[in-house]
Amino acid sequence: MPQSPLSAVRAAVWLSAALLAPAAMAQTASSPAPAANPAVQDISVIAGTCANCHGPNGQSTGGIPTLRGVGERHLLARMQAFKAGTATDATVMTRLMKGYDDAQIQALAQWFSKEAK
Amino acid sequence: MSFNRREILGSAIAGAASLALPSIVRAQAGSAHVVVVGGGFGGATAARYLKARAPQVRVTLIEPAQTFYTCPFSNLYLAGLRTWDSIGHSYDGLRKAGIDVIHARADNVDTHGKRVLLSTGQALSYDKLVLSPGIDMRWNALEGYDEAAAELAPHAWKAGAQTQLLKKQLDAMPDGGKFVMVIPANPFRCPPGPYERAAMVAHYFKQHKPKSKILLLDNKDAFSKQGLFLSGYKALYGDMIEWVKQSDDGQVVRVDAKNLEVETAFGTKHKADVLNVIPPQKAGFIAERAGVTDASGWVPIKPESFESQQVKDVYVLGDATQAAPMPKSGFAANTQGKVAASVIAAELTGKPAPQAAFANTCYSLIGTDYGISVAGVYRTDGGKLIEVAGSGGVSPANADAGFRKAEAEYGAAWYKAISTDIWDR
Repeated sequence: MPQSPLSAVRAAVWLSAALLAPAAMAQTASSPAPAANPAVQDISVIAGTCANCHGPNGQSTGGIPTLRGVGERHLLARMQAFKAGTATDATVMTRLMKGYDDAQIQALAQWFSKEAK
Repeated sequence: MSFNRREILGSAIAGAASLALPSIVRAQAGSAHVVVVGGGFGGATAARYLKARAPQVRVTLIEPAQTFYTCPFSNLYLAGLRTWDSIGHSYDGLRKAGIDVIHARADNVDTHGKRVLLSTGQALSYDKLVLSPGIDMRWNALEGYDEAAAELAPHAWKAGAQTQLLKKQLDAMPDGGKFVMVIPANPFRCPPGPYERAAMVAHYFKQHKPKSKILLLDNKDAFSKQGLFLSGYKALYGDMIEWVKQSDDGQVVRVDAKNLEVETAFGTKHKADVLNVIPPQKAGFIAERAGVTDASGWVPIKPESFESQQVKDVYVLGDATQAAPMPKSGFAANTQGKVAASVIAAELTGKPAPQAAFANTCYSLIGTDYGISVAGVYRTDGGKLIEVAGSGGVSPANADAGFRKAEAEYGAAWYKAISTDIWDR
């Protein structure tokens, strides 16, 4: 790993606090009937669960793809396909993404697309 | 619960002065202290994420073991697919993250004085206490099964010497022998665990002792991922594994560990060559000491924070809690730890608390290229934990070999990811 998980997590928290808010406002236009926009502290908790398979801070430890720093549009498209059940290579992700609403998925894509400092 | 006089006198007085101030004042002064008891999937996660989210908060982790061996993947060790060392994790990573790790046992909690008493005689003052104590066995709840019996018929339901003892017994068993597993009613740690263990022992038998048999005596009629397990057993091991459900006389009521024999509710006796008894369980004893357990022996929590319903400023995580519909799993404990850490960090730093969100994914390995999973997404609703409608569920029944192989590989990748997330390796 290029950095310790501690600094990575910390960086993500501060970075997202700065960057997530405007994006979360912008996404209301593109997403159909979103639930309330998740606050930064809410999305950081949801993102925390991703680390259990995708690695600390979304940086892969092998075998399961990295999320951190991947393009937002790609992340969004993948998560939407998982949720819709149209990703033919999906195993567990279809079952997991059905647990999140459009606004949460949008915010997760935004969250992980940012490079960790 | 209060300490007795000797305990108080024997303990450090260092924390006494700060006790006079309300916790929030000290928190603003940057000297808040959070003590976490238990360095497993719940506690070590909470410690790490709390320190990351609120670096100014002092975090102390109490864990007796220098190396923590995980229950997840201990079945693979029994199968000969993993070394013992590969499921052990040190606390160097947590120390590097700025957490004070003390290798001691937490013996008592004074929730009025807000202090934890350690086996070293030291007493630690806390502003917030996080307990992630895992499980304890209910010795003698099953007649004949006590600590001494566990040395002959291991439970191996806490990874450690018990797991190594079971492995030694399986290794010594002659071909054509019978492995009998006694499985408890719900709730218990790791609902799919016994059934994965059966498959992993079958894997080992198939390689080394192919004439051997496995008998599962179960105190219930249905279990986690049941259809997937039973079809996986058949596909890989033929009729080597026999599962006897409760209503078919699967309930064991008596254990004779010396003779490796068990007796069922209907009076049937089964003799084993290797006997694995997974007894009824309860929250780890420190939860009882802290006064957070109820009559069930488990811990009722507030789902938004995993703070105890019974004692303020005490948070409880993982297998010890009543968190249904979340299972008692390491993954679940980890996400509970992240929620509690975020809530505590927010409170101590005067920031808005997050909305609780939890998830679970449990992989089970049936054969080297045959993995299955169960998943769920959870949130709170009106003060209750709920599974988000439409989410979760088990691997498809009709999946092809490629899907099963992928889930076997993802299971291994999951282990690496979550243990790195928690312990740095």
